[in-house]
Parts: sequence; C-alpha cells; structure tokens
Amino acid sequence: MPHGMMTSATGFRRYSEIERATHPQGVDMDLEQTSATDLLSELGSGNCSSVELTEACLQQVARHDDTIGAFLQVETESALARAASIDQQRAAGDPLGPLAGLPVAVKDILCRRGVPTTCGSRMLENYLPPYNATVIERLENAGAVIIGRTNMDEFAMGSSTENSAYQLTRNPWDPERIPGGSSGGSAACLAASMVPLSIGTDTGGSIRQPAALCGVVGVKPSYGRVSRYGLIAYASSLDQVGPLARTVEDAALLLEVIAGHDPRDSTSAPNEVPRYSTTVREPLEGLRIGLVKEHFGEGLDNEIASAIEQAVRVYESLGASVHDISMPHAGYGVATYYIIAPCEASSNLARYDGVHYGYRTDTEAMLKELQAERQLLSTQEDEGNLDSPLVRMYRRSRAEGLGAEVKRRIMLGTYALSEGYYDAYYLKALKVRRLIRGDYDAAFKQVDVLAGPVTSSPAFRCGEKTDDPLSMYLEDLYTVTANLAGVAGISLPCGFTSSGLPIGLQLQSAPFQEERLLRAAAMYQAETDWHTRRPPWHDIRRI
Amino acid sequence: MPLSRSDVERVSLLARLQLGEEELDRLTEQLSQIVQYVEQLSELDTEGVEPMAHTLDLQDVVRPDERRPGLSREEALANAPRHDDECYRVPAVLGD
Repeated sequence: MPHGMMTSATGFRRYSEIERATHPQGVDMDLEQTSATDLLSELGSGNCSSVELTEACLQQVARHDDTIGAFLQVETESALARAASIDQQRAAGDPLGPLAGLPVAVKDILCRRGVPTTCGSRMLENYLPPYNATVIERLENAGAVIIGRTNMDEFAMGSSTENSAYQLTRNPWDPERIPGGSSGGSAACLAASMVPLSIGTDTGGSIRQPAALCGVVGVKPSYGRVSRYGLIAYASSLDQVGPLARTVEDAALLLEVIAGHDPRDSTSAPNEVPRYSTTVREPLEGLRIGLVKEHFGEGLDNEIASAIEQAVRVYESLGASVHDISMPHAGYGVATYYIIAPCEASSNLARYDGVHYGYRTDTEAMLKELQAERQLLSTQEDEGNLDSPLVRMYRRSRAEGLGAEVKRRIMLGTYALSEGYYDAYYLKALKVRRLIRGDYDAAFKQVDVLAGPVTSSPAFRCGEKTDDPLSMYLEDLYTVTANLAGVAGISLPCGFTSSGLPIGLQLQSAPFQEERLLRAAAMYQAETDWHTRRPPWHDIRRI
Repeated sequence: MPLSRSDVERVSLLARLQLGEEELDRLTEQLSQIVQYVEQLSELDTEGVEPMAHTLDLQDVVRPDERRPGLSREEALANAPRHDDECYRVPAVLGD
C-alpha cells in the first residue's frame, strides 16, 4: 500500500482543534474537514444556517488573509445579507438551488453588475461592469453566497499571481512561496479553508497549476463547456472558466452548476450537461490510463515523478490498465501557446484605450509632454514622427494602466501578427496546434484518461522567477496542451515533497468527457487521504 | 538577436504603448529570447496541415435577427473616463 493511502483517521484534525482553542469565539464548525457536499447536507438538515457558515468563513478569512492575501475584496455585508435571505427561503420551504447557502469565492475576472471587477489590473481599478457574467448568474440562481473576489495575475497572465497590480498571494503551505497562478487567490483561499468552493479560469494551466501547488482540486473543462460571456478576455480560443474545491465530488457539484450552453457565447457548446455530482461516485470499470512518455523526461522533479508513479499504482490496484502513450508534439506546446495566446491577447486588449472604460492618463500632462517634444523636434525638422494627441493618449493610458507582463505579451503578439511575420509565427503555431490535437485524438483512441504531472517542480519562492519570463512560461509545460487542443483536465492532490509542499496529479480526458474524468479522479481520491491534509497553521509566521 | 531596438520601438507604436528607454532595452532582450524559443516550431514539417484557430466544430453560430434591449446610453457611458452625457470625449483628433 503506497504511503499516504488511507490507513486510519488522519492526525490533521488537531490543527482545527488548536484553532478553536485559540479562538474560543469561533463557531463550532470544522471548515477544514467538511466538504461542500457535506456542508450542503448540514444546511439541509438544519444543523447550521447559511449565516453561521458564512460567518465562519469570514472569520477564517479575517484570521489568515492578512498573511495569505487571497482576497482582493471580501464582501461581508452583501454575503451575510444573501445568506440570511437563503436561510429565510429555506425556512419558508421555498425551492432552493443546488448550492443554496454555500459560500463561494470568485476570481476577479468575471463581470458582476455594479460590483468592482479589476482583473488584477490598475486599468480596471474603477470599473463597474454593467452586466453579470453567465457563470455569476448561474451561481446566483443556484443559491451560492459569493463572499469575495480573489487575487490573480493581471488579466490572467502569469503562473504565480505575482503579476497582480494589487498584492501578493502567499501559499498557505509555505508563505514564502507563491500559490501558483493565475487563479492563485482562488486556490489559496481553499487551501486555507476560507471557503468550500471557488471559481477560477484556465487559459494555459491557470486553474490546474495553482490547484496543484496549493494541494486542492481544480478542473479545466473542455473548451465550450462553460460560457465565457462576461469573462474578461485574455486569449479567447483558450480561456475557460472552471471550479476549484477540496474534493473531486465538490468540484463535480460546482461544474454541474456552471456548465452548459449559453446563447450569449457563440463558442459555448450545445452538448447536454451530465449529472456530474451524482455520477462522480460511480467507479469506472476497466479504466484505461495512458502515461505520456514525453511528460516524464528531463526537468521533472524526482519527488513529483515518484508521486505520479505511486498514483498510477493506486489505479492499477483498482483494476485499471496502464498504457504508454507518445505525444510527439507535446514538447512544442509552450512555444505554440506563447505565440497564439499573446496574439489573441494583443487583439483582445486593444479595447483598453482610455476612452470607453478603464484608466486614462492625465490629458493635460500628456498635451504638455507632446508640446515640449514638438518644440524639440521642430529644430530638427522631423515633426512627422510625432504622435497625434489621440494616439499619445492611447499610448500613455495603456503604458500607465498595464503591468510589465501584460505589456510584454501585447508586444509579443503585436510583433507576431505584424506584416511579414504572420505566416512564420501565428499561422505556423495554428498548424502545430492541429498536430497537438492530433496527438490527443490518437491517444484517446487507446485510453480513457491520460495521467501525469501538473508541474515540473513544487511551488517556488516569491520573486524567484519574476526577472525571467521564459522560465515562468515553462511552468506551463504540462498544462498548455490541454487548452490548445480543447480537452478537459483536472489536478488533484497526490502527495507532498519532503519539504512538505503539495504535489498535483493531472488527469486529462477527451473533449466533453468530464464525467469520465471526474469519476476517474474520484476513484483515486476514495483510496487516498492527500486531499484531507491541511497546512500546519500553528507554524505560519505572520509576514 | 532576432529583434532590434528599432523593431521594438515600431511594434510599441502598433501596440499603442508608450515605452521608456529602459523598457525598450529590456523588452528588446526579453522578446528576442522568447522569439528565439518559439522559433523551435520551424523544425516541424507542417506542409498540408490545416491551421486550427479554435477547437470546436461549431460554425457560423447566429441568433435570430430580432431587436433586443441592450445597454442604455447612460450605462454605456458610465465607466468612461470623460463623456458629455451624449458622447465619449477624447483629445482633439484633427489639429489642436
């Protein structure tokens, strides 16, 4: 029996007992060990109210978020009011949605009517969306209590959440380290037991990588599974909204709520949504697992490689068959992604022009600057190269409102799409994208799911990669191909390094096979207890 | 280096970004490094491969051509840095 398989009750519950002893005012609720699914039955049976649960979550945020920095904004008043109204509806016997009364944290990238939505950028610091994203509508209709907006890399560009214009988010397992990104806040708040569920987005790994580094579960649904309406765009052919949770069952519950066709998103698929939350408990007979040999090469941390091998052994012990698969183009994923995503970003982010919404530079100062330049140039008879006031307003607004990584990707995409380079870069990348999809299609003829690592190394230290964009991009090695091909993927906890950092197991399935993906993941989780481990709070230093 | 400083300057105008001297230097180096990395795609023979712009088989998704309520002018202007209640205001486009 591999280390970590469930042998007895875990010893980790004591941390929450310590917490309660330290905070005698805390409500009697084990937020660390109660899943969203179990909390729903507690709410349903009247053992706790949504107000009590929401208060307990808010208390956990108050205790730890000064250190962790997962939330950009905690919406105490609206969350408690919402919880109270759900409690009233329940008392009145009104029909309730599938998430009725459950607190959910949402990445600050989904538009909510009249609620600040910044996308981690100064550009949108004062932006109040005039409409709700479809995912927000679905959460509200399901009875969820949105308790706040979580931190993220600016415009979802990054793998560490260090590119947020507002704050650092720290990994609850080691506050010296990053939580991953771009959905770092959504992963960290779960690891820190501040909420039972959260929403993230994944364009090249932005749900799966932080889930892996924080020791929680994260699902990147197939492209088209979840509506992108109201999702602030980064790379539209790759972006997908997905659930994060502490158990696979909880992730299935949340995915079932947010998935489905939306006439307002022309790239949303009309496929029916299976009852993930029910079927997730049914093990798969004769599961065929593929190991992509290109994923186990040079550069993969030894402890991660061995944790994945152990996980595969768990599947074998459950009767799954294991097959070696080759994806000859997998190694080209990062290069392909870092052409396609910046190209799409350069086009999508052209909307931030300082005119319609978002940040605008100080126009008076801009005109003065231009006047001074004109005087200087008039002596050189070269005035023709000077920006017009409108163009200079665009350029200054964008330069001041956008951060370094966002500018880098806009520049890269603009270059790759500029005259003379389009064929060599963008068109070439689209062709390689087809080859990568071909690798997946061939693989899924032989196996049901692919298993492998999420990241090549555990969470790195804050600041370690900020000056080296390419090494940050290589973080996405094992995750980007799923986005390029539109397939579904999940990250779930499968162990710890010797220094106590979480390791994630990635499973991937063919497009729209999330049901199979979740069932396969739940089979592993039923045999192991990694997902029940919690950060050692008593060791956390105040930073 | 695949990109010269003047390439980066030219692209910064296309991208409508104003970059300082230091930023131009740094980006020349960083973008060159990234472009060198992505150029590995040229090793692959993609003769006859259909480009894949997105992954779904959906084509020409249209909705019925019916009038529907949209944003009011007030709502559309509400987030504008400058407006005059009817239009967005921008610096002079023609002359001064």
